[in-house]
Amino acid sequence: MSKINFTAYFILLLIIFVFMIFFFGLKNNQKYDTRDNVGKQISEFELTSVKSNNILTKSDLDKSNFKLFNFWASWCPPCKDEHPFLMKLNKIDKLKIYGINFKDDTKSAKKFLVNLGDPYDHLLLDETGKSSVDFGIYGIPESILIDKNLIIIKRYIGPINNKDYEEINSLVTK
Amino acid sequence: MISIFGNSLIILILLSTLSIIYFSFNSITSLGINISKKIYHLSLLQVTFVVTCLLTLIVGFIISDFSLTTVFENSHTQKPLIYKIAGTWGNHEGSLLLWITLMVFFNFLFLVYGKKYEKKFMLFSLISQNFLILSFILFLFFTSNPFLLINPAPIEGLGLNPILQDPALAIHPPLLYIGFVGSSIYFSSAIGALISNLPAKEFAASIKNWVIFTWFFQTLGIFAGSVWAYYELGWGGFWFWDPVENASLLPWFCMTALMHSIIVLEKKGQLYSWVLILCLMTFVLTIAGTFLVRSGILNSVHTFANDPTRGLYILIILLLACLVSFFIFIKHSRGNSIQGYNLDRGTFILSNNWFMIFYLVTVFLGTVYPIFTEVIFNTKISVGPPFYNTVIIPFVIVFLILMSLGPESKWIKTKFPIRKLLTILILSFVLNLIISVIFKSTSLISNLIFITSFFLIIMSFLDVIKLIQLNKITLISRSVSHLGFGLLILFIGLNHNFSKEYDVNIKTGEIKKLNNFDLKFKDLKLTNSQNYKSIIGNFELKDNDKNFIKELKPEIRIYQNPETLTYEASIKSTIFNDYYLTMSNLQNSEYYNVKVQVKPFMSWLWLSVLIMSLGGFLRLFYKR
Repeated sequence: MSKINFTAYFILLLIIFVFMIFFFGLKNNQKYDTRDNVGKQISEFELTSVKSNNILTKSDLDKSNFKLFNFWASWCPPCKDEHPFLMKLNKIDKLKIYGINFKDDTKSAKKFLVNLGDPYDHLLLDETGKSSVDFGIYGIPESILIDKNLIIIKRYIGPINNKDYEEINSLVTK
Repeated sequence: MISIFGNSLIILILLSTLSIIYFSFNSITSLGINISKKIYHLSLLQVTFVVTCLLTLIVGFIISDFSLTTVFENSHTQKPLIYKIAGTWGNHEGSLLLWITLMVFFNFLFLVYGKKYEKKFMLFSLISQNFLILSFILFLFFTSNPFLLINPAPIEGLGLNPILQDPALAIHPPLLYIGFVGSSIYFSSAIGALISNLPAKEFAASIKNWVIFTWFFQTLGIFAGSVWAYYELGWGGFWFWDPVENASLLPWFCMTALMHSIIVLEKKGQLYSWVLILCLMTFVLTIAGTFLVRSGILNSVHTFANDPTRGLYILIILLLACLVSFFIFIKHSRGNSIQGYNLDRGTFILSNNWFMIFYLVTVFLGTVYPIFTEVIFNTKISVGPPFYNTVIIPFVIVFLILMSLGPESKWIKTKFPIRKLLTILILSFVLNLIISVIFKSTSLISNLIFITSFFLIIMSFLDVIKLIQLNKITLISRSVSHLGFGLLILFIGLNHNFSKEYDVNIKTGEIKKLNNFDLKFKDLKLTNSQNYKSIIGNFELKDNDKNFIKELKPEIRIYQNPETLTYEASIKSTIFNDYYLTMSNLQNSEYYNVKVQVKPFMSWLWLSVLIMSLGGFLRLFYKR
C-alpha cells in the first residue's frame, strides 16, 4: 500500500511541477520577434574573425562609426542579390560593415567574396548559427544597423535593395 | 440580431447543461433501473441548442455579418462560399464552438447508445461529461465569445488567412475534433466506471466502439492536415514535428494504445486500471494539446490569435481535469494484480502499449522541453526533426517486428510457425536488396526499416488473404490496419531516402540542367481570380533518362484581404513519383528562385494512411 502511495505522491508532484512550468511559461510569453530589438543595445557576442583568427566581442567594436551587421552565406541566393549594394555601402566612410557568415563552409564563403568582391571590413564566422540567433535573426540575408552607442537603429529583413541603400546612406551621413 | 440570438443560445446551452448535472445527481439515489426521461429530453434540448448555435454562426459567416467581431476578423465578402463556411472553424472562437457542439453531440449519442448499461455508471459519466461541457462553455462565453459585437459594423471584413483557404484544411478541423472531442466520452466513462465500480468487461464493451470511432477520425484528421501541409506550405514535406502536429499525435498514441489494450480487457478482464488510465490520459492530453496550441506558449504554424487569459483558462481546465481524475482514480481504483504472463497474445498487445507510451513520452518531452528550458534556464531552444528521428526510428524497427508476430500469437499458448516466418524474413531481405540495387546506397538503419516493414507487410497481407478465403471478412480489420502501417513506414522510408531536390535561379526562356533533368522556364502569365491575383510560371521538366516531359505551373498569389503573398506549389503525381515545383521571386531581378523536388511514392504514402484508417473503420462493424 505504501508503495502505491509513494507512486501517487510522486505523480502528483510531477503534475504540479508541469503545471507550474506551464503557468510561468504563459507569463513568459514573449514571441520571437526581432522588431522589439530596435532601439536596444546589441547583446553580448563572441565570433571568430577571419583576418586575425581572434575572437571578437561586443567590447571590441569601435565606437566611432556606424556599423552594419550583415548576416549572409554563400549558399543563399538572395545574398547574391544584395551583394552589389553592400559593395556600394562599403564606400561610405562612416560605416563599417561586419559580415557574419552564417552556417557556411569557410572555403566557399571566401570563394564567394573573391568572385563577387569583398564588401566587409570585418568578416566573422558563425558556423553553428547560434550567435546569429542570439542577435535575433529570422533568416538570412538580414542586416542590422548599429549606431555609435551600439544601439540597433534599423533592421533589414531580406536582401538589401537600392531603397535600403539610400536610407542607410542618409542615416549614416546625416 | 445574430449576436443576440447566438448569445441567448449560449445561455440556453449553459442552463440545459446545469440542469442535466442537477437531475443526474438527483436520480442517482432514486429508485428504478432506468435513467429518467427528463434527462433524455434535456440532452435532446441541449443538442438542439448547440447545433442551432453553430448554424447561427455559420449563417453569420455566409451572409458576412461584420457586426460580429469573429466574422469581421476572419472573413470577407469576396471569399468563395465554401471558405466562408469553413472560415467558421478557421479561427479560435468558431473552432471552440465546434468543439463544444461535438462534445454535446457525443454526450447525447453516448446516452442513447448506453441504455443497456448500469444506471449509476451512466449517470456519473453523464455528470462528468456535462462538467466538461460546462467548463468549455464558460471558457467560450467569457474569453472567446464568437458573438461579440462591433459597433458600428464595418463594411468589409479582414479576410481569412489565404493559406487556410484550402479544401483539405476546410475538413481538417472537423475530422480532428471528432477524434479529440470524442475522447471526452471515454474520459467521462472512466470517471463513471471508477465511481460506480463497473465490471471490467462491461466497461470494455461500453467504450470500445467510441475508441475505434475516434481513432478513425483522429487518423483522418491528422492525414488531412498533413496533406494540406504538403500541398500548401511549399516545403515538399508532410510532417515537420511542429508542436501542433505533435499535440495531435499525443492523444493519437494514447488512442492507439487504448484500442489494443481494450481487446485484452474485453477478452480476459485484465489491465482494467491501465485501460482506465489511458482513457483519462487521452482527453487530458487533448486539453494539454489545446493549451499548447492556443495559449501562445509555443510558436508554430498554427497561429491563433493568442491571448494569455485564454491560456490561463485552459490551464485551469487542464489542471482540474488532471487532479479530479487523478484523485478519483486513486480513491476508487481497486488495483488489479497482473498475473504471470505467458508469451500469449496479451503480451504482444501490451507491447504495443509500451511502444505507444514510449513514443508519447518522447514526443511530449520534445514538445514541452523548450518551455522548460525557457522557464528554468531562460534559454530559447528548439527541438527539431533530428531529435525525433534519432530517438524514434530505432524503436520503430523492433515495433514492426512485434507488430508482425503479434497477430500470429494465440490467447492460450503460442507456437510460432518458424518455417513460415523465416521464409518471409528471407523474402524481405531479397526485397530490400532489390531496393538497394535500384536506388543505390542506403544506411544500415534504413535497410533495417525496409526489411522489417516488408516483413510486416507480407505477414499482414497473407493474413488478409487467409481471412478472405476463410470468409471471415469481419475479422480483417486488424490485418488491414497493420498492413497500412507497414506500407506507411516503408513509403516514408523510401520517400525520405530517395527524394531529390534542386534549387536554381532561372529567368524566362532559360534552360537549366539538373542532373538528368532539363528545366525550361517557358513563360510567365498574370491572372486575376475572385480574391487574388496570381503570377503563374510555365515550366517544363524533361527527364532525359526516361524521356518524358512534365508541365508544371507554380504560382505566386497576391491576396488582397489580408494582403499576403502565398507560394503555390505545382505538383504532378505519377504512379511512382511526385514532381513538386515551387517558385519565388527575387527582389529587383528578372530571376526566379525555383525549387524542384522529385519525391518518390507520395501517392502510395497517402494511400497507406487511408488503408490504415480503413482498418479502424471496418472494426466498427465487427460483431462477436
